[in-house]
Amino acid sequence: MSNKEKYIQAFVEALEIKEDQAEGLEYQSIPQWDSVGHMGLVAAVEDAFDIMMDTDDIIDFSSYEKGIELLRKYDVEI
Amino acid sequence: MWRFSEYGEKTAAVDDAGNRITYKELEHMVSGFAGICGRTLVFHLCSNTIGSLAGYAAMLQAGVVPVMLAEDIDRELLDRLIHVYQPEYVWVSRHKRADFSDLAEVFSRYGYVLLKSDGASKEDLHDELALLLTTSGSTGSPKLVRQSYQNLKANTESIVQYLELEAGERPITTLPMNYTYGLSIINTHLYVGASMLLTDKAIMSRGFWEFLHKERATSFGGVPYTYEMLKKLRFFHMDIPSIRTMTQAGGKLTPELHREFAQFAQETNRKFVVMYGQTEATARMAYLPSEQALSKYGSMGIAIPGGRFELFDAKGNVIQDADTVGELVYYGENVTLGYAQTRSDLKLGDERGGMLVTGDMAKRDEDGYYYIVGRKKRFLKMYGKRVNLDEIERMLKDKYADADCACAGTDDHMYLFLDDPGILEEARDYIAQKTHIHITAVYAVYLKEIPKNNAGKTLYAHLQDYYE
Repeated sequence: MSNKEKYIQAFVEALEIKEDQAEGLEYQSIPQWDSVGHMGLVAAVEDAFDIMMDTDDIIDFSSYEKGIELLRKYDVEI
Repeated sequence: MWRFSEYGEKTAAVDDAGNRITYKELEHMVSGFAGICGRTLVFHLCSNTIGSLAGYAAMLQAGVVPVMLAEDIDRELLDRLIHVYQPEYVWVSRHKRADFSDLAEVFSRYGYVLLKSDGASKEDLHDELALLLTTSGSTGSPKLVRQSYQNLKANTESIVQYLELEAGERPITTLPMNYTYGLSIINTHLYVGASMLLTDKAIMSRGFWEFLHKERATSFGGVPYTYEMLKKLRFFHMDIPSIRTMTQAGGKLTPELHREFAQFAQETNRKFVVMYGQTEATARMAYLPSEQALSKYGSMGIAIPGGRFELFDAKGNVIQDADTVGELVYYGENVTLGYAQTRSDLKLGDERGGMLVTGDMAKRDEDGYYYIVGRKKRFLKMYGKRVNLDEIERMLKDKYADADCACAGTDDHMYLFLDDPGILEEARDYIAQKTHIHITAVYAVYLKEIPKNNAGKTLYAHLQDYYE
């Protein structure tokens, strides 16, 4: 699986969405991505890339695109 | 209950949009509500905003009886409540006003509007009735808890005493004010002339932390889930010098999480206070003094000032021995009047006489500290043997710290609901092995999310669909 596939899969699993729904998705734009879903998504992304995100990055992870930007800090290129 | 005039120009509350309200302005709101509403019932759709807080404080102080409801309450449930309780007024934020297009607007302040229903005032509210709250379960029941002025005063004064609250406090909201724990934080802090920091932002949003830093919050409260999220947010490594006190209620923390936060508090010279309560007891019944947080982690503490506990065995006898589990019964002036199921119940006076059978099973250690062991009604008979579902949950939580879980079921059929699909079979084996329940009677079901209410309490009624 490519990094992009893994990244999308984290959204699919954590938020129970279809693969084509992930791109462009924003925090609180769907019911599943609420505060609880957010923690699940963070956990899924951390597991997928075997990283541990900083507080600021967990908080700033406000959209699909923002997450890609944040993951560069952890040497993960989507 | 409050002495707003004493605190004059002091800020009573600030919201995350930068709006402020002083105690003097709150006092002014009181006369506004008293003049318009008189002794009537008002549905208050709550949010952590100046308008909501000012409306609540003014109503309570003016003898108007608010029913505190979540702003995002299910429309069907709201309609049922309106039908059952026939409120004379609705206090709702301006942006929700359109939901009540048939009601006329009579008053508007701080982004909230007061809407009048068609009916005349019924003048049927019992003199002692101050406030109505839903019980924390949102099963669609119209049942409300009736709280009196004396209940609120007694509980507020007790909490102020044991938390040593003073005017310099600046608590930031993490809970809705229609939830008894969130409301008690407001009640107690307005009592001492402190300043509330109001926000509906979730703790994993940047806005929450910016507001906390900007307004130098000194404390917050949280339910167990709040503390699970804080840990995930690496709270122990955050730089937030203004926070001096953290309180926890609304369910039992896992002992491990309790210990971690107690340890953190001790090392950073803060207070971490675990508390126990129910809406039926206004808010609080017990607290674990912060000095004991680490040595007694896992405990809900001791009765609050002015209250006391007894434990009863199955035969109804008072348990004297330490470390013996029994049903927890509380006595105190904060024990509420009773429930309401209909408008006519609002005429009723005190039905409990200061005694509350909590429905929780607890034990007391030799030093007099109480520990919740389970909830009386949450058990199954498995092949004739009684199995406590809360204890099963705690076993799963202790074993799988990263997973969320819930247990429910019917006699001889126990269901484990887990949010990690990878551990279903393993968890099932583990529980069967530990409890000696035959494995064919244990079922494991994956849920992407354990259904919870706004306060983080598991909605067990929602799980019934999976096994009935």
